[in-house]
Amino acid sequence: MNQIPLEHILFVSTALFFIGVYGFFTRKNMIMMLMSVELILNSVNINFITFNKYLFPDKLNGVFFSIFIIVIAAAEAAVAIAIIINLYRSHNSIDVDDTNEMKY
Amino acid sequence: MLEGKVISLIILLPLISFLILGFFGRRYFKTFSGIVGTTSIFASALLSLITAYQYFFVVGQVNGVYQKIIALKYTWLQFTPNISIDLGIILDPISVMMIVVVTFISLMVHVYSLGYMKGEDRFSVYYSFLSLFTFSMLGLVLACNIFQIYIFWELVGVSSFLLIGFYYDKPSAVAASKKAFIVTRFADLGFLIGILILSFNAETLDFETLIQRLTSPESNFLKGIVASSFLGFSALSWGLVLVFMGGAGKSAMFPLHIWLPDAMEGPTPVSALIHAATMVVAGVYLVARLFPIYALSCPGALHVVAYVGIFSSLFAAIIACTQTDIKRVLAFSTMSQIGFMMFALGVSSYGGENGLGYMASMFHLFTHAMFKALLFLGAGAVIHYVHSNEIKDMGGLRKFMPITHLTFLIACLAIAGIPPFAGFFSKEEILSAAFQSNPVIFYLAIATAGITAFYMFRLYFSIFWNKEAHLHGEHHGEGSGTMLLPLVILGVCSIVAGFVPFGKFVSSDGAELHTEMHLTFSIAPVLIALGGIFLAMSFYKNANEKANNISVALKGIYTYAYNKFYFDEIYLFITKKLIFNLIGRPAAWFDKNIVDGFINLLATLTQEISDTIKGMQSGRVQNYAIYFFFGIIGFVILFIFLLK
Repeated sequence: MNQIPLEHILFVSTALFFIGVYGFFTRKNMIMMLMSVELILNSVNINFITFNKYLFPDKLNGVFFSIFIIVIAAAEAAVAIAIIINLYRSHNSIDVDDTNEMKY
Repeated sequence: MLEGKVISLIILLPLISFLILGFFGRRYFKTFSGIVGTTSIFASALLSLITAYQYFFVVGQVNGVYQKIIALKYTWLQFTPNISIDLGIILDPISVMMIVVVTFISLMVHVYSLGYMKGEDRFSVYYSFLSLFTFSMLGLVLACNIFQIYIFWELVGVSSFLLIGFYYDKPSAVAASKKAFIVTRFADLGFLIGILILSFNAETLDFETLIQRLTSPESNFLKGIVASSFLGFSALSWGLVLVFMGGAGKSAMFPLHIWLPDAMEGPTPVSALIHAATMVVAGVYLVARLFPIYALSCPGALHVVAYVGIFSSLFAAIIACTQTDIKRVLAFSTMSQIGFMMFALGVSSYGGENGLGYMASMFHLFTHAMFKALLFLGAGAVIHYVHSNEIKDMGGLRKFMPITHLTFLIACLAIAGIPPFAGFFSKEEILSAAFQSNPVIFYLAIATAGITAFYMFRLYFSIFWNKEAHLHGEHHGEGSGTMLLPLVILGVCSIVAGFVPFGKFVSSDGAELHTEMHLTFSIAPVLIALGGIFLAMSFYKNANEKANNISVALKGIYTYAYNKFYFDEIYLFITKKLIFNLIGRPAAWFDKNIVDGFINLLATLTQEISDTIKGMQSGRVQNYAIYFFFGIIGFVILFIFLLK
């Protein structure tokens, strides 16, 4: 069976990462920003899995890392959404630019 | 038996009374404050009399020589194994004599003030200050350590400041208290440097060790301090002259005398206690305390003492003839008499018959305290009566104030040196000491004695004789019993104090000093004094124009003397014009522009920078994320490519 070349996978993950970063910087909706963060995390996951498979095929360290990241990402999403809901209740908006008075 | 703890009560009783009156006096004691203060000082006076009796007649003498007894010593600050600041009590003839004088005069003044200050709003504050002063002065005379004397020296300065400025709503009193404090403080700078020089070289602050190390010829300390020199004089000379500078400031010696006349702004009993009898003789006491060092190791410094003393004495006597404020006349007379004590120390040498000047100086200090306190208290009574300090408002008071008149006359005779009053004996000793060692000083001194008699009787005749009294309104009589009693007691003392065989008790080396009166020697000074008195009598006994004519004839000199030889103006010129303009203003400019400018520059810079960068904290989360992102990229570039 032909293996997918390493470069292709890395290309995908890098693209995913920068799409996430771009989204994080440009989206004003906080839900969208949260989704961008998820993209970044998943690009990292892909990297972990790939390097684990290509460099140490008989070990599972990278896999465990990515499982951890998925768990933490789930928790983080829960916290983030809770924050966003609270923000919506007090500001009636989830536009990130409307929250700049929080700097005080 | 001299128990240290009992003797320390002499000092502590006034302190306790100060604390009680200072904290609670105004609220709880009010008019009883006087009683509280007087009681404590009475106990203190009693204890010091007992101490004096014990010391002089029971335990003080060993083989005919009075010993220095350290009754109490408590190490307060230990700097090095050798140098420590101790607080203690030294008993030797002069300190015992001084505690008797201080507590006695202080008691008299306390009693007198009961009447004089009656009805005063800050009565209890006044008494607490008096107690503070008495405490500090006793601590000063009993000090066993040169630094202890310095501490109490400053404390008497502070209490003097507080009491001169007692009437703080009077601008002249405020100015006078500031002047007194600053001038004496300036002199104390010299004192402190002197202490440092002496103690640095002798490696001790303790009086006994200091004297012993700096007098015995084979001591290495003495050799060291004599060998090191500065501007052509040995460190020892500098140290002693600087210490004397402190003494001269406190004792109002020329040229640091300018504060004393102004200090008369304080209440009159205060002038009697502080600026006549006790504090101003602290300088004399200081020189006497270190006398062995002056006399044995550095006669040059002693000459300075002598010439400053005689000059101040003559200078003040001349000014006193022209003043019209009776308290100022007395102030200059005090300065003149302290000059007598100073030059008596200056012409003396250590030990045996040659120590006559030392004994005479202490004797004069003793008798002067009595009659000068009496003069001031008498003047206080007169001022109380006529409500004025000016001679022209007085005259013919002898019928209205018989007791004051009589005691004032006694004091005037005593200060003029007429036998058998106290001043005669001490002044004769001083004159004969001067005669034996320095004829120039002797002739100047005898002239000063004549002038003294003249101006004292000018004062006496102007107050009690001269024109008829023209009193307006009804009067409250001569004064209450509490004011007259001290006058009478001091009057009696001014008569009998001269008969104390002083040489038996106080001498430079502690051994008995036999003094005999040379009748032939006494004739000249007494005649001169009588001459002064008769001159004053012819001028001032009846209102006439003689004195006026003389002052007109001596126009220039009279004006100079009347204006105290313009010393105040010289000082003002030096301070205001020279020091303020040449040093003060440039220093202020430097401070304002350079020092403050630098600080302001820092502040402005900080503000500018923060103004420019505060936009970065926008509150927009995405901006932060961008900073973070590019920051990370920067670090990546830094660590991966640049710092390989």
